[in-house]
Amino acid sequence: MGRTKKMVKEELANRPDNTAFTQQRLPAWQPMLSAGIVIPGFVIIGLAFIGIGVALFVTSQSIQLLELDYTGVEQTSPCFKCSDPNAKNCMCELTFSTDTLFKGPVFFYYGLSNYFQNYRSYGVSKDDDQLSGNLDNFKSPSDTCAPYEYDRNNKPFVPCGAVANSLFNDTFKLYQIVNGAKKVVPLDGKGISWWTDYNIKYRNPAVTPLKNAFNGTVKPLYWSKPAYELDPSDPANNGFINQDFLVWMRRAALPDFRKLYRRITDGDYAEGLPAGNYSLQIAYNYPVLSFEGRKKVVFSNVSWMGGKNEFLGIAYLVIGSLCVVMSVVMLIVYAKFKFPEEE
Amino acid sequence: MTWESEGVEKCKGETTVGLEKGKQPNRYFPGNAIKTTKYTLLLFIPMNLFEQFHRLANIYFVGLAILNFVPVVNAFQPEVALIPICVILCLTALKDAWEDFRRYQSDRKLNNTPCLIYSRKEKQFVERRWKDVRVGDFVRVVCNEIVPADLLLLHTSDPSGVCHIETSNLDGETNLKLRRTMSGLCISHPVFEPESFNSVVVCEKPNNNLNHFKCYAEKPDKEKVGAGIESLLLRGCTVRNTDHAVGFVVYAGHETKSMLNNNGPRYKRSKLERKLNINVFFCVILLFTMCLIGALGHFLWLQALPVVPPFLVPDSNGHLDSPSLSGFYMFFTMIILLQVLIPISLYVSIELVKIGQIFFITNDIDLYDEDTDSRVQCKALNITEDLGQIEYIFSDKTGTLTENKMVFRRCSIMGTEYPHKENAVLEEPESEEDIIFDHVPQPPNTRWSLDTEDTNPEDTQHHHGSWRKSKVAGTAQSNVAFSSPLETEVIPDRKLLQQISRAESSSSSSQKIDPYLDFFLALAICNTVVVSMATAQRQRVSAPRLLLILKVFLNCLALSFCSFISGQNRTISEDSVTEGDDFNPPVKTEEPGDINGLQTCSLYAPSQCNMPATTSDNLSYEAESPDEAALVYAAKAYGFTLLARTHDSVTVRLPSGEDLVFEVLDTLTFDPIRKRMSILVRHPITKKFVLYTKGADYAIMELLGTPYAGMCRHQKNIAADTQHHLDCYAKEGLRTLCFTKKIVSDKMYESWLVNRRRALAAIDNREELVMDTAVQLETNLSLLGATGIEDRLQESVPDTIVALREAGIQVWVLTGDKPETAVNIGYACRLLEDEDLVINMSTVFQLTCTSILDCTLEEVRRYSEDPRNVDTTQDISLVIDGRTLTMALSSDLQDRFVDLAKRCRSVLCCRVTPLQKSRVVKVVREKLKVMTLAVGDGANDVNMIQAADIGIGISGQEGMQAVMASDFAISRFRHLKKLLLVHGHWCYTRLANMIIYFFYKNVAYVNLLFWYQFFCGFSGTAMIDYWLMIFFNLFFTSVPPIMFGIMDNDVSAEMLLGVPELYRMGQGCNSISCYIFTHLGLFWFSTFWVSMLDAFYQSLVCFFIPYLAYQDSDIDVFTFGTPLNTISLFTILLHLSIEIKAWTVIHWVIILGSVVLYFIVTLAYSGLCITCNPPSNPYWILQSQMADPMFYLICILTTVVALLPRYHKCYPPCPFNVPLSVLQSSFFMN
Repeated sequence: MGRTKKMVKEELANRPDNTAFTQQRLPAWQPMLSAGIVIPGFVIIGLAFIGIGVALFVTSQSIQLLELDYTGVEQTSPCFKCSDPNAKNCMCELTFSTDTLFKGPVFFYYGLSNYFQNYRSYGVSKDDDQLSGNLDNFKSPSDTCAPYEYDRNNKPFVPCGAVANSLFNDTFKLYQIVNGAKKVVPLDGKGISWWTDYNIKYRNPAVTPLKNAFNGTVKPLYWSKPAYELDPSDPANNGFINQDFLVWMRRAALPDFRKLYRRITDGDYAEGLPAGNYSLQIAYNYPVLSFEGRKKVVFSNVSWMGGKNEFLGIAYLVIGSLCVVMSVVMLIVYAKFKFPEEE
Repeated sequence: MTWESEGVEKCKGETTVGLEKGKQPNRYFPGNAIKTTKYTLLLFIPMNLFEQFHRLANIYFVGLAILNFVPVVNAFQPEVALIPICVILCLTALKDAWEDFRRYQSDRKLNNTPCLIYSRKEKQFVERRWKDVRVGDFVRVVCNEIVPADLLLLHTSDPSGVCHIETSNLDGETNLKLRRTMSGLCISHPVFEPESFNSVVVCEKPNNNLNHFKCYAEKPDKEKVGAGIESLLLRGCTVRNTDHAVGFVVYAGHETKSMLNNNGPRYKRSKLERKLNINVFFCVILLFTMCLIGALGHFLWLQALPVVPPFLVPDSNGHLDSPSLSGFYMFFTMIILLQVLIPISLYVSIELVKIGQIFFITNDIDLYDEDTDSRVQCKALNITEDLGQIEYIFSDKTGTLTENKMVFRRCSIMGTEYPHKENAVLEEPESEEDIIFDHVPQPPNTRWSLDTEDTNPEDTQHHHGSWRKSKVAGTAQSNVAFSSPLETEVIPDRKLLQQISRAESSSSSSQKIDPYLDFFLALAICNTVVVSMATAQRQRVSAPRLLLILKVFLNCLALSFCSFISGQNRTISEDSVTEGDDFNPPVKTEEPGDINGLQTCSLYAPSQCNMPATTSDNLSYEAESPDEAALVYAAKAYGFTLLARTHDSVTVRLPSGEDLVFEVLDTLTFDPIRKRMSILVRHPITKKFVLYTKGADYAIMELLGTPYAGMCRHQKNIAADTQHHLDCYAKEGLRTLCFTKKIVSDKMYESWLVNRRRALAAIDNREELVMDTAVQLETNLSLLGATGIEDRLQESVPDTIVALREAGIQVWVLTGDKPETAVNIGYACRLLEDEDLVINMSTVFQLTCTSILDCTLEEVRRYSEDPRNVDTTQDISLVIDGRTLTMALSSDLQDRFVDLAKRCRSVLCCRVTPLQKSRVVKVVREKLKVMTLAVGDGANDVNMIQAADIGIGISGQEGMQAVMASDFAISRFRHLKKLLLVHGHWCYTRLANMIIYFFYKNVAYVNLLFWYQFFCGFSGTAMIDYWLMIFFNLFFTSVPPIMFGIMDNDVSAEMLLGVPELYRMGQGCNSISCYIFTHLGLFWFSTFWVSMLDAFYQSLVCFFIPYLAYQDSDIDVFTFGTPLNTISLFTILLHLSIEIKAWTVIHWVIILGSVVLYFIVTLAYSGLCITCNPPSNPYWILQSQMADPMFYLICILTTVVALLPRYHKCYPPCPFNVPLSVLQSSFFMN
């Protein structure tokens, strides 16, 4: 209670501080946007944008892109036979040709359409602790994995959850047809996932052999092989740090997406895919037709701006030009209304 | 140890404190320890939570959090959804705990303050703590100590049993108040013996009325002695001028009057807050619409799926809900996801902004008054922005427009006028020079029109300035009321001086009966002015030893009657107070002496008095009302110096140098019903009982009886002449008082005294009885004369009124003064202008009132409809008196009156009572639906102040009641100009802009999530990490809008003061000019929707440009969300930057700081969080994005495109800025 405070009667004790802050007189910069600033400003912004836009557009144009749909909807498609849901271990072969050198390094993507990896309950359905190698979570996965948590015999799925369960399992082999003979194009599967995913975020349990860690667990429902046998050729590419698995686990933001499958960087193809005929052998496993999805493979080379995207360049060009046009309009308005006054 | 020998019993709702040995008697009464804390340590959490859940917003949050725990609808990790509510609850709890801890500390300090309690065991007063005080204890308080509990005063060191207290802790009044011991208990020995006290004290139930108290003490012989507030020392008061006092505790702790008065700050809801709720309601509708779209979309999306795709996750039983059920669930998921749309943090932010605004208002040096060393006080914390929307001001006159510092101007004695021309001349010098600087055209024949040598009102104004300065230099003690020499300087009228000296010489030998002498004696005596030495203001008064002994003797003989009418009785309920021409009720009631102590008179010789003769120049008068002080100084100027006043005597020095000591028999204090006061003295020479009465002319004139003895002129003539002079004074704007004298015969006095005593001893209706006795005596008076006192206009009042009017505010003045006085002041302060058409409404008949109203309305309507008068709007002013006002406000005439008043430029109501004042305010406020402001300084303005949307109290000369009741307290009327035009405008525009920005911000941000739903099957996915979403609202974008709401200056203070029209932006749209201002973007409603549209546009841009840029790529969910979040931050902050009109260092620091904080926090979070917060798991996302040039290119493009419409708004040639720039140029040209 303030009333007990002894009233100190100093002269002008209540006088407010006469500082610029308390008197709201701090030196203030008022953004007075006069024509002299705005018009040149718009011109500069416009020109800069046009410049960026041109650079982006040219870069985007230089990127080669080859998309091949292999869903097999049309009867003419070589993969039509495989699109039958009852077909097991179906293989189909797609042929294509390039007229010019497809400059390397060529990135080999698979693409899915109308596939909602960003669906909320789907995205939640994983156990990050399990995936970082926590053995406790092998025995009892997180609830978030439900219903891909335990199988009928109450054995835990490892890796659990819908994301892991729905791992894309089509595999591809690329051949160049040289004089009627198939020449294997080597595909590089290393380093296609994020470095941090491979090295930090996802970890296999520190158990050797890896198989032992999976004792008492079962492989996900849709999987044909357990996690520790994903890549028989490379022991370092198994378990949770399998590159394809890592790529799949990084869920796509939009329903039409592509994911990196391999890179073509080795041997004769380090400079790119030479002009010629190619054959793509597809192990068709992943069903998408039921939900009207589409599958495709994409060959693309990348630049500093990533994949081919014309939108950004065009947008920069449009906005840049708009700024320039606006500045011209403003200049006209300014000249018409302001100059006579100033005289 | 301190319970002593008082028995306690509760009977019939009264607290009885008695003396009954043997029992622990005080246990039924609360102790004196106080506890103002809300919480206890153990129960803090539950109690605080309970408190907090009274807020709707918190319940909303908790509801959402609970909703999130329902598995089928949850949008985030359930635990994470608790974060916002926990943060808000914790912050509020911390604030509450801190406040409570401060209260606890101050309580503890207070409870442990030492005090002296009588201990029965030790037979003396021992030092204890305040918390040990119990009801029934005897407590001894020494000088300058604070009273620990409500004490019934039993004994003081002063032989006459008085004690001075200062109540500034309670009501802010710094003048000393007199308390006297409970008379009749006869225990006033030099040394007080508590154990001799053996009465039972019965007092009323504890209540919060500081000015009223009733109790009686029943002695063993069943004799009852009454006592009132004048014997009560209130807890929290400081004892002054008294060596020590002993009291009997009647109320302790929370039952004390001061504690019962201790209410929290006032809570008012501002207009903007009400509008805000409409906007929140719109947001709720928007939220529901968006959720419905989400639910419907989800339903349709599920419907369209032919089979179950692998990404559709069934529930744990492997079962999938039907699309319609999923859609239903999705509705709730969407509510959780989009909850931020309802800006919960807005309420917290508004509170913070208002605290900041109040800080700047109270720190404004222009609103600081050096004379009183007071700043503007903001008592209501949440209506600052209402200051910017005022349309009607209701002002009191005295003390509000005027100084309430009275200067004796003229007087009329026995029908002869003494104009005191020299007084006017005094103000003349160097006025020529000042007029040059004066741009305000003067209306001719304003006030002071009677004399030829009138001063220009502007001159006086100027002089106020210079006076003020010299006064500051002269008297550092600002709390000495009415004692500085400048107000008191009266140059005597030469003619009158001659008259006096003639009277002196002629009557010196005889019995000094002369109307001139009597007149000045009345001036000097008939008041309650306390004399003190200017140099020894608050010192203890020590009485001479001889007097002491005598007084002790006399006091034992003293009768138990005294005037118990408390001076503070002028409470709100008394509706008949008119504040104009009367004196204020005295607080220091001078007590009547004893009838047996005649021999004391001669002992009060000046040599023995503590006021030595040589120091008469050093005297300073402390008056409750400035009129009284003015009169005493006037008397002094003529040589009648009031030397000393004790409760039973008055010493006056005559011009001849002779000191007369009048024995004061009784003081009939002022009350608003009688409108006069009287003092009954025994003349030291004639030994006759003389009654001097002063009062308002109409309260005196009808009581006149016998003409003044020895005068040949007829009383009627004198009365008529005096009345004529009084009317002239009123026309000049002077305050008038009449003075009379009456010789009371011994017999009459005796019989009256019996009645008086009975009245004073009464317990019920005492005040009425006491007043009746006063009326009995005040009859058959002989008129001596009248005085005219000038109440100067305050500095810059006309400027302020003109500026307020230019700002589109209608100013009404409500005064208790006579119409003539009021109209005169009205012209002087430019409320009325010469070219105005003044409608005077004054009638006693309802019918006349009706017809006047109808005719005037008709005429006004015809005038305004006349096409010739389109450009020239006639300025109409209305002057109405109290009686007519009552009729006009009756239910059948109300509408017509309000209609007329609406068309008037200014309205002047005279002779209105406090209740009428508040009624006027209420009627205007309700009928016209306008924002009203009432400003006043006195207790009679309290009703009005409370009735208005904003009540402003002027801490002036009339006590603190108005200030206590007000929302804002200022010290000068001119401060209103800056308070409204600058701070009001700023507070309103700042807060309005801040609120709109807040809505914009939330909509713009939340819509990003909404657009994403179209690409994730309306499944309620958030592409931004939930923690970052929370941080976004909590840290990254919360400080800039608060700073914006506190510090933005859209228009400079100089310009706001120079172009008052700018104020109209805040007012409702009821004039044509308002349409211009709608385009300024300040008009609330359109601005709100423009902002909403802008928010939609920006969110579309912010979402779809990245969407298109990342289409057909391998971008993942949260990598896609990161640029969106960043772009949103830039857009939202840059949007604010465009809104900010003046950039200071603080703005730069906060805006840039927010951006830096965003990057630091997000980078740290992305760098440290490896498996936390599934499913988002932002590990290394921002880092990888920042390594990608595309990220920057997208950010730049999107931000620019999102803000393009805003850039356009900034560009000068666009139509939005034209009015402001026109105003700007017109201002600078001036």
